[in-house]
Amino acid sequence: MAMERIQEKLAILADAAKYDVSCASSGSDRKNDTKGLGNAAPGMGICHSYTPDGRCVSLLKILLTNVCIYDCAYCVSRRSNDVKRAAFTVQEVVDLTINFYRRNYIEGLFLSSGIFKDPDYTMERLVRVAKKLRTENNFNGYIHLKAIPGASDELMQEAGLYADRLSVNLELPTEAGLKLLAPEKTRPAMIKPIRFLQNEIIRLADERKVLKKVPTFIPAGQSTQVIVGAAGETDMEILHMASQFYRQFQLKRVYYSGYVPISDDTRLPGMHSQVPLLRENRLYQADYLVRLYGFEPHELLNEKHPDLDTDIDPKLSWALRHLDCFPVDINKADKMLIARIPGIGLESAKKICAARTHGALGWDQLKQMGVQISRARYFVTCKSASLERRELTPEQIRQQLLTQSHSKWLRVHTTQLSLF
Amino acid sequence: MTTWLYDGSFDGFLSAVFDLYWQKRTDVMIRKEQDHVRGLFENVIFTPTVVANADRVWAGLSKKLSAENLQQLFCCYLSELPGEEDNMVGFIRHVFASKQDVTGDFGNKYVLHVSQMARKVLKEKHRMEAFVRFQLTRDNIYYSLVSPEYNVLPLIARHFKDRYADQYWLIYDERRRFGIYYNLQQVETIRLHFNGEYDPYYHSTSNVWAPEEELYQRLWHTYFKEVNIPGRKNPRLQLQHMPRRYWKYLTEMRG
Repeated sequence: MAMERIQEKLAILADAAKYDVSCASSGSDRKNDTKGLGNAAPGMGICHSYTPDGRCVSLLKILLTNVCIYDCAYCVSRRSNDVKRAAFTVQEVVDLTINFYRRNYIEGLFLSSGIFKDPDYTMERLVRVAKKLRTENNFNGYIHLKAIPGASDELMQEAGLYADRLSVNLELPTEAGLKLLAPEKTRPAMIKPIRFLQNEIIRLADERKVLKKVPTFIPAGQSTQVIVGAAGETDMEILHMASQFYRQFQLKRVYYSGYVPISDDTRLPGMHSQVPLLRENRLYQADYLVRLYGFEPHELLNEKHPDLDTDIDPKLSWALRHLDCFPVDINKADKMLIARIPGIGLESAKKICAARTHGALGWDQLKQMGVQISRARYFVTCKSASLERRELTPEQIRQQLLTQSHSKWLRVHTTQLSLF
Repeated sequence: MTTWLYDGSFDGFLSAVFDLYWQKRTDVMIRKEQDHVRGLFENVIFTPTVVANADRVWAGLSKKLSAENLQQLFCCYLSELPGEEDNMVGFIRHVFASKQDVTGDFGNKYVLHVSQMARKVLKEKHRMEAFVRFQLTRDNIYYSLVSPEYNVLPLIARHFKDRYADQYWLIYDERRRFGIYYNLQQVETIRLHFNGEYDPYYHSTSNVWAPEEELYQRLWHTYFKEVNIPGRKNPRLQLQHMPRRYWKYLTEMRG
């Protein structure tokens, strides 16, 4: 009986948590020095499995409860929704985490919750789970807790001591969207804990310079997530918001979650609308370009181009608008400029810069190193004779690339006639 | 052309390399004894493993290569691909012949090959760290069966030892018929002798497993089913990350 009940709870509370997208388990530095259970070492995270939707499973991602006092239109757990409600006890979550972890199913726990009673009460429960895992079970695996806006600074502080990462959901990319779909929540209330945690991180890092024993405090930093495609915002608004949060609060990641229709509320896209997977994918690409490739958001998206091109990726799209920057000489150009060439990623750029000190590079070697020649050829000069001498317009390059491309997305969009 | 056979160990391979230099030979292929099929007019010699000679080659390489490069070379050995020795010898010759550090000399085909091969092997290592599924036995050992594409157990031992420091565990390579076992102190290499009715896969009726094992497998199944979002169905992506050859060892993918 007890077992069936826990299975039912797990079904409800995993189902309700699955729209949280973060699954990162990397970037912490918790070692297993005490011969206890688990570690969350820096470097690569581990994805232990993949569900049929192609998303990875790396953490046990559950809600403590799906009882909630709020009524946000886009959320399955909203107060007015008629769904089964359940709640785990602290001990149940601890047992699940430990036993899944010991079998190498997961990297750790991602615990979130509906807000029951009030933010403090909820946050206190989340902290208690983490505390129990760390202090009573000697658990050093990864713990990601949701930081509940409105909870006290003391609780945030305590959560930071046990968790590897804390995240505040920004829910929607714009304040206008928030007002429309989650009128009980406000952007300033969400920013408050983000700012508090950032200040704590900085304060403790300063202390660490002078003091020996300073406790670790969310070593994997903060992240957040926004729902895309629920409130009619443009890609430009989303990316500019994200880059502002990266800059201002040193967030590790902003996650984009394509809105999955869960309600026939008229303020939202209908129940039969598609999940905007392609848009979500393009946003992640643009996000990478901003975080790692040194692009400024306004280079990719601006008043003239408020949305990302869905047919081609954001880097190619940028390159086609800036043909005057090309061709780039592979054997001379700066690494970050090489990384801006479509068909060449950061890894290849690094390889190219290392290899060219041993001798000038031609097409063959570029290909060997993993450069996508079919793309890069329009934007590059190297030791070999140039492949594309003709002066092509951006539109011609775009067409040529689209015809030879086999993107899985293209099947949906191509209007090309089939021969048979 | 002569073929030299070694006993299949890494030291055996390095000993053969030592002899190549010692005898100033360039017309030799080095092959594993157990994989070799003798050609009709082939000249075959067995080279014995001399640990001291192997150590000298390794010490020589250590002077010219970073720890990362050394590991890459070792990865090529662990790939166990037929004829991989030729690439390793090519690489070693290039290292000893070059005045400058060959790190990043990807214009050279051996340097590029070794880095690419190592990438593949390390990818398999990473996958094993992800796809090992322990099942708790009645005698309190967390047991897992695997069949990695490359021989990566030597590479993953450290990861599992650091992580599961307080539980007995055993990871057994079904294909290569050996396993690594952690006894709360250290990791040892073991071979198992299975009796006739041996059934390596999980059946809740078997009396091998701990009583709670069935519950946690069921809960894991439940969890795996519930976190899927049907509206985002993308089996191609699932397969890309988790190719079918791993499925029979994954608790959540078994019926």
